[in-house]
Amino acid sequence: MIMLRNIHIPAVAVLAGSIVAMAAAAGCASRSSVPSPTRPASAETALHAAGFIQRWLILEPIGANGLTDSAVQAAVKKDYFSNQLTVVPHDGDKVTVGGAELTWHAVDTNEYNVNLYYFAYDLGKPTSNVLFWAVTVVDCPREMSGVRLAIGSNAASVWWVNGKEVIGIYGDRQTVIDDGVSKRLTLKKGPNIVRCAIINAGGATDFCARFLDAEDKPLKGFTVSVGDDEYR
Amino acid sequence: MNPILHAKSLQLAGPIILMVEFVAIWASPASALDGQVQIHDPSTIMQCNGKFYTYGTGGSSLVSDDGWTWRRGTRPSRGGMAPDVIHIGDRYFQYMGSNPGGQPHGAINMIWSKSLDPNSPDYKWEDGGVVASSDGVEFCNAIDPGALLDPTDGKLWLVYGSYFGYIRLVQLDPKTGKRIDPNDKPVDIAINCEAAILIYRDGWYYLLATHGSCCRGADSGYNIRVGRARKVTGPFLDHTGTDMLEGGGKLFLGSGGRVVGAGHFGLIDEGDGVQKFSLHWEADLDRGGASVLDIRPLLWRDGWPVAGENFKEGTYAIESVRTGTALELAVEGVPVGGRRSRGARGSAPGGPGAGGGRGGMFAGQGGVIPPQDVAQVSTNWPAGNIDSRMANYMCQAQQKWTVTPVANAGGYPGSPYFKITIAGTDRTLAVGEDGELVALPAFTGGHEQLWRLDQLADGAWRIMPKFASTARESLVLSAVGSSFATLAKFDPAGDRQRWLFKTP
Repeated sequence: MIMLRNIHIPAVAVLAGSIVAMAAAAGCASRSSVPSPTRPASAETALHAAGFIQRWLILEPIGANGLTDSAVQAAVKKDYFSNQLTVVPHDGDKVTVGGAELTWHAVDTNEYNVNLYYFAYDLGKPTSNVLFWAVTVVDCPREMSGVRLAIGSNAASVWWVNGKEVIGIYGDRQTVIDDGVSKRLTLKKGPNIVRCAIINAGGATDFCARFLDAEDKPLKGFTVSVGDDEYR
Repeated sequence: MNPILHAKSLQLAGPIILMVEFVAIWASPASALDGQVQIHDPSTIMQCNGKFYTYGTGGSSLVSDDGWTWRRGTRPSRGGMAPDVIHIGDRYFQYMGSNPGGQPHGAINMIWSKSLDPNSPDYKWEDGGVVASSDGVEFCNAIDPGALLDPTDGKLWLVYGSYFGYIRLVQLDPKTGKRIDPNDKPVDIAINCEAAILIYRDGWYYLLATHGSCCRGADSGYNIRVGRARKVTGPFLDHTGTDMLEGGGKLFLGSGGRVVGAGHFGLIDEGDGVQKFSLHWEADLDRGGASVLDIRPLLWRDGWPVAGENFKEGTYAIESVRTGTALELAVEGVPVGGRRSRGARGSAPGGPGAGGGRGGMFAGQGGVIPPQDVAQVSTNWPAGNIDSRMANYMCQAQQKWTVTPVANAGGYPGSPYFKITIAGTDRTLAVGEDGELVALPAFTGGHEQLWRLDQLADGAWRIMPKFASTARESLVLSAVGSSFATLAKFDPAGDRQRWLFKTP
């Protein structure tokens, strides 16, 4: 189950429930056939059948260059805004990066992946040579040990679980399910913060993420939430 | 292993001075095991109390603690020709031939023991008598027995015969190892071969038998051939449809490399889909042409058994069958020939506008680009432990692994343990304290740095550490993701733990 705990759903409904609405506000053409992420339309949503996390908070893109190991590591270690490696933002929160005001957006995807290209395109933001920050909160009913975070991204990405860097994949690459996989880790009982930074050079950009259990099967039995005050 | 001396360079300088530099190169231990392996007509290898046993013609026997290094064993109570051994219940039945009146007057005798370990209180060979014979006139020479316990119905079968006429089949009692009915007429299933044995797989019975001449050292044309049948009684046809009763037989293994004359197949089923086979070579050219024991992987292709080869040392790209990505050090790679920007598309080489060194982004940089020098690109690698990962293979130094047998580190059936290092360096693949893969700065000989490489039925390889510090069961290298390998329990039905060693 994926939950949206602290977003005012009626207001969301008024906002037409889609990033496409933001696209219209930004003067972009509406394209109903593209896999744009949508604004969460309900407080709860079912977990993807294959365990993919479908609800995220994503910050509007920041300019960044380079996909080599060292360039990506330098980019994600750079200070863009305060508490960037610890913050669990709310939908609509804003940060200032290089003099530009950027907004966090809560998004859902109906797919296994989150399409960052259309996320940015619909907002009238650049899609090339950019860095996206994304955060979600995995809430476990009990401690889950021996699990792995398994991700795919276009292009390079770095991932943290509860503040510890667990995956880095580099180079110009496409999203492949379970491309980067962490070493075994333990999800604690309660909220666990999953954070990533995805850097795209050009063209399509997206990511997917799920956890694998000790048998390397998709992990189930947890919920996902975004924007709850208790995690701040 | 035998050191081979190679003259690396021969220089003449001033007055005739010969400067010859000899470099010792250890021959690949691709065949014929280690230790005392001289034997002829070995029986199917049995395991008992953790040791491996085989018996040969004349009462000889070999024993091994690990299946790689062998030594002389204890003679059983009865010697004979070309014995075979099968383990059923709490008994090891050993069958061996004799020619009391000269060939083709033959007999198959049986002895049994509850243990093959002479130090066990259960070690005592009991005489079981004659289970099959030939009278010297009939068209059969009753020696060279081979036993099969049919996994489909629990029936015990024995084939026997040697060149003179038929290979015959009789049914035995799996409780006693003796003939169920000595008056039952044996079934003829092949002709003009010897060292026959049956195995079963996926609805087929396979009859493996040895053709060609034996006992002439390197002049022996011994070769193992196979036919298959839906019934244990035949007909056993080869791949061309020729009945083995009419001389048919698909070649399974002949001579090659430094060994001549393959004979006396014996199945070694290690479970989890890993199968090997024992045999003897009539002549091992690296051992003075002696007849020796060997163990090789057993592969299967299109419903036929195929003889694999034990791992050969060398430098490889290690590619996951599942993901197609290759194992590498988790360091920033440098493109071969240096990094270059993508740039704008120009004319294709040879196309309009090409020439004179121009040609746009597809024209390359000119000249021959040499292989990447690991000494150059490794200067930025961390000095200590480095994680491993997987990536598309791009001919880079951190992706090339040299696999080398390790002397005096033990082994497993068919091979010694190997170390796996980045080519041109001492960076060694190992199991870290957290149970994950890691590359150590240098090989120090620990069990966590030793690797067992078993070829699987489809020809791919299983890579297993000799020791995993956090493992409670046998773990193997597993491609859990496209860019990440770990250690996980072997799943013979999957492809996560299947690897290819490719020429880099």
